[in-house]
Amino acid sequence: MSFADLALPEQAVLILAALVLFTSFALLAQTRIVSSINVFAWQGALVAAATALVAFVYAQHHLYFSALMTFALKALLIPTMLHRLVVRLKITREIETVVNPALVLLGAAGLVVFSYYVALPVERLSTLATRNTIAVSMAVVLLGMLMMVARHQAVTQVVGFMSMENGLFFAAVVSTHGMPLVVELGIAFDVLVASVLFGVFFFQIRESFESLDVDRLNRLAEREESGGDEAS
Amino acid sequence: MADQLILEWLLALLQTLLFAAGAPLFAGWVKRLKCGLQNRRGPSLLQPYRDLWKLMRKQVVLAEEASPLFRAAPYVVFAATALAASTIPLIAVHLPTGAIADVIVLVGFLGLARFFMALAAMDVGTAFGGMGASREMTVSSLAEPAMLMAIFTLTMTAHSTNLSHAMDQLIADGLVLRPSFMFALMGLLLVALAECGRIPVDNPATHLELTMIHEAMLLEYSGRHLALMEWAAQLKLAIYAVLIANIFIPWGVATRLTPDYLAMGLLAIVAKLALLGMALALAETVLAKMRLFRVPAFLNLAFLLALLGMLSHVILEVGA
Amino acid sequence: MLPVHVAVLCSFLSAFAALGANRHPALLARLAFPLLGLAGLAAAYAGLDTLLHGRVLTLVLPLGLPWLHWQMYLDPLAGVFLAIIGTVLVAVSLYGPGYVREYRPKRDSLAALGGFTGLFVVGMLLVVVAGDAFMFMVAWELMSLSSYFLVAFQHEHAANRRAAFLYLLMAHAGGLLILFAYGVLAAHAGGFSFAAMRAASIPAPWASVAFALAFVGFGMKAGLVPLHAWLPEAHPVAPSHVSALMSGVMLKVAVYGFVRVAFDLLGHQIQAGWGISALLVGSITALLGVLYASVQSDLKRLLAYSSIENVGMIFIALGLALLFLGTGHATLGYLALVAGLYHACNHALFKGLLFLGAGAVLQQSHERDLERMGGLLRRMPWTGLMMLVGCLSIASLPPFNGFVSEWLTLQAALQGVVLDNGVLRILVPIAAAMLALTAALAAATFVKAYGVAFLGQPRGRHVRHAREADRGMRGAMALLALLCLALGVLPTWFIGLLDAVPRSLFGTGLPFAVAEGWLWLTPSGAARASYSAPLVLLAIGLAWLVAWLVLHPHRGQAVRRGAPWDCGFGPLNSRMQYTAAAFAMPIRRIFRPVWRIDEQLERTVDSASGRVTGLRHSLTIGDRAWTLLYEPLGRWVLLAARRVSRMQTGNIRGYLAYSFFTLLFLLWLIS
Repeated sequence: MSFADLALPEQAVLILAALVLFTSFALLAQTRIVSSINVFAWQGALVAAATALVAFVYAQHHLYFSALMTFALKALLIPTMLHRLVVRLKITREIETVVNPALVLLGAAGLVVFSYYVALPVERLSTLATRNTIAVSMAVVLLGMLMMVARHQAVTQVVGFMSMENGLFFAAVVSTHGMPLVVELGIAFDVLVASVLFGVFFFQIRESFESLDVDRLNRLAEREESGGDEAS
Repeated sequence: MADQLILEWLLALLQTLLFAAGAPLFAGWVKRLKCGLQNRRGPSLLQPYRDLWKLMRKQVVLAEEASPLFRAAPYVVFAATALAASTIPLIAVHLPTGAIADVIVLVGFLGLARFFMALAAMDVGTAFGGMGASREMTVSSLAEPAMLMAIFTLTMTAHSTNLSHAMDQLIADGLVLRPSFMFALMGLLLVALAECGRIPVDNPATHLELTMIHEAMLLEYSGRHLALMEWAAQLKLAIYAVLIANIFIPWGVATRLTPDYLAMGLLAIVAKLALLGMALALAETVLAKMRLFRVPAFLNLAFLLALLGMLSHVILEVGA
Repeated sequence: MLPVHVAVLCSFLSAFAALGANRHPALLARLAFPLLGLAGLAAAYAGLDTLLHGRVLTLVLPLGLPWLHWQMYLDPLAGVFLAIIGTVLVAVSLYGPGYVREYRPKRDSLAALGGFTGLFVVGMLLVVVAGDAFMFMVAWELMSLSSYFLVAFQHEHAANRRAAFLYLLMAHAGGLLILFAYGVLAAHAGGFSFAAMRAASIPAPWASVAFALAFVGFGMKAGLVPLHAWLPEAHPVAPSHVSALMSGVMLKVAVYGFVRVAFDLLGHQIQAGWGISALLVGSITALLGVLYASVQSDLKRLLAYSSIENVGMIFIALGLALLFLGTGHATLGYLALVAGLYHACNHALFKGLLFLGAGAVLQQSHERDLERMGGLLRRMPWTGLMMLVGCLSIASLPPFNGFVSEWLTLQAALQGVVLDNGVLRILVPIAAAMLALTAALAAATFVKAYGVAFLGQPRGRHVRHAREADRGMRGAMALLALLCLALGVLPTWFIGLLDAVPRSLFGTGLPFAVAEGWLWLTPSGAARASYSAPLVLLAIGLAWLVAWLVLHPHRGQAVRRGAPWDCGFGPLNSRMQYTAAAFAMPIRRIFRPVWRIDEQLERTVDSASGRVTGLRHSLTIGDRAWTLLYEPLGRWVLLAARRVSRMQTGNIRGYLAYSFFTLLFLLWLIS
């Protein structure tokens, strides 16, 4: 069965999956903190839309609720919270230097190929028309983790963590038509609580180090060793 | 059978002439829209034709050190670009010129034109010519992999590099929302902006030599040579526009060589080019020109989009 | 087989004839080079004849060891490379007499030049027709040694001696690896003849070992990255016609060796992994080669790095062929193999042409540095025209030959979708995109080389007084330029010839390639892709003619000459033009991590007024392979040598003890 034989909504799901992958790449390349939060909001909205389409195609009505929850949480609530946090931390205009963006993006492309390679046996087992997107969702998770490694601003690291969760949710939707509702609710509230806690931690970090650069956290080790004559 | 062949070749020739004749109109349309968006009264749509006609009648002034290559280059550039234009299905799909050269050869023709333009720029021995040539060759070498990757994505779906066959296949498939095509379209749009020297890569209306890429290569040309070079540039823009329009929105192109199909094909391409012209004018008004060393980031984005298109094709579309 | 014997004999005779050239320099021009030309004609005839008839000829020579006679084996694969050697040799023999006039018999030994050139050609010819490993290795050694003496021809300069030493070292390291590869094959085949190796069934791990050894050994000679360091040092310092032979022909002989081992001797058990490694190494080589070429200011060094790039492109095609053959897609494999062989022929032609042109420029202007050239097109119009053809061909532009081989390779790569492995389906288009990037950068490089050298205004005194090269040199370049055009405009004819190679190696060839007639090239069938080079040439000519007829004023309105635009600052001089380094500056900035760049800008400031009165800019670009690979390797070797040298105590009792213990050990062994 070739691609052209798929129904139009199924093709639309694949298009949305590809756009979600594109937003992951965009997150990796974004240097401005406010823009990365906006891209993350778009990613959430796209994942919600894809979920709603899957619900429409396969008549899985509980997925409509999941889509709504994802949209409310990932596209509206958490980005708003992060925006407010950024304003309170007074880092709205800050730009983070991404070291060697070309290399990071190439590595991201390699990760996509790798997740495709890993997901091949799983895709062969599934019978759903959307099974090809398993690789894409796995790639989104891996790219979120790459973003956490590649960035040294605390806020963007949190965005990377959140996009990992986006990928996990998307993987569940396309491979098994969603997780049990209880599990979903649990994960959603975990993420919400996490973002509140992050807000608290950011202020603490900023107070101790005068900046939100997580690379400075390694000064904690220096303080232990030198025991008193550190240069801050 | 033989007169069918003759009819096809005649139509192909007519199509090429129409392409060459219509390219200045497209450039004029874009310019007029840009002026409208900037709240100015733009020139008439036929102004490019008047400019070309004026230039063709003017006397040629050559630099003292210009070599025969300088005089021959405009003809080579125009011939190569016109040949590239002849291979694209403009109105009808099944024309024999598509078999002479496929889409990779099309890229080769544009490369030939660019090579001679760059050499002509270096011929006179001014700093501006060398600067234009150096910048143009660098930008184009970064745009090549993106363009080829986008073409690969298209040909992997259509199973052919022959544009006529590929369009046939795409029309037969009907309305299909392919993620790979979506990315390839975005990538090709960026590449087209870079290759045709439009904002944000190069400003076609600039007079400051240090900001020029394409214009700097034409600084020493005058008279009919300049007319040919300008016409070739307009033709190149039209080539990219028609390529994008007809590959990604192939409906309307005549699949049979009957008058009603051909008329429909003509209307369809005019409508598509009008829309693309609007999009181009909008993009040129909204975006700002980038400094030269930001262009690699722009072209890396194009390559990334094309690469994502290819990855989407292999991951999402094959074995669906 | 007779033409091959004629070719070898004539080359030998040419070497001998050149021995007297120190006393009678005219011997070179009158006897040695014409004999070489004859050898070239014979070799080209033998090659083309073999290709036309698809014959396989064998012969046992009474040379070699008594129980291990040398065997000759002439099949279409050897025929392709014989034709390459022959054609370039004919061009070099036309070019040579004019070129060697600049070598004075007192200072340079013309006998050495002619003698070793002849031996070099003998070596290459014998390598290509060798039918057993013994003859192959002897001929290979002869080729390497005689080219060493040619590289060290102007040994008064220390840099030349160093380059020659490096060349010899790497040639022998590569030769040793090739010997080991043949050793592995011979052990399993029970004999040294190629026929025995072909028939033997070698267990898969050992086949991979033999492939790896052959790949690295031949790759070292062909110039694959990172084993390429000798190429940009050795090719520029040799005399230009020898550089043409080395770059145009010797690198192809290394490619021949690789194809012989991988496609013929191991042809029935090709593994896909071999193809992947060749594809990866080829892509990296091509990209790095062209990046290094684009920043060179020395014309011959630029051409040498460009040879590395083209060898990479050949290996991309060969890697694709191995990949397709190893995964069971035979026809695509043959297509990629033919594309690789086509590119080998093309490169021999246009690189030979470019080196001969560079030699003509060097002879007339005594300059190798692009920064001192300029405006040569008006002073050397024919050389300039031929060099333009060479530059167009190497930049892979239609309707010349470089474009055809690139088109074929891309067509083969495009069909990578048939592969089963999804990751390979992704890797092949990425490799093709790298090929496109390489070709585009090559175009930029040769715009720079041609534009700075031949166009613009002269930047140096000698260049201003350069004159056109003599008839023989022009004729040689014209021959190669015409062949470049011919191979570009008549690809169907040439592919029909090359088709004999997969047919003789594997049984079947390319059924579709010329199925539509001589006018259309359809490598995988007309539905997939087609290219008609003659019609393209015709169309370009027609469009040019029409434009010229319509636009050219018939009223006799003369063209007015004026000064170029100078922004109102006053007359332009040649120093205001773009230099080669300036042209490559954007590329240098964008790809900066690739090279080791040392750029200095010194300002002389007048202390009284604070104005800048002088500027000095120096730019040195080094090869990263030196710091990453060669210097550490050299350090380890020296360290190991120092450790081992402790054995040399200088103490006589120590040495007696060595002999004593060896004697004890041997006695124990015997008992």
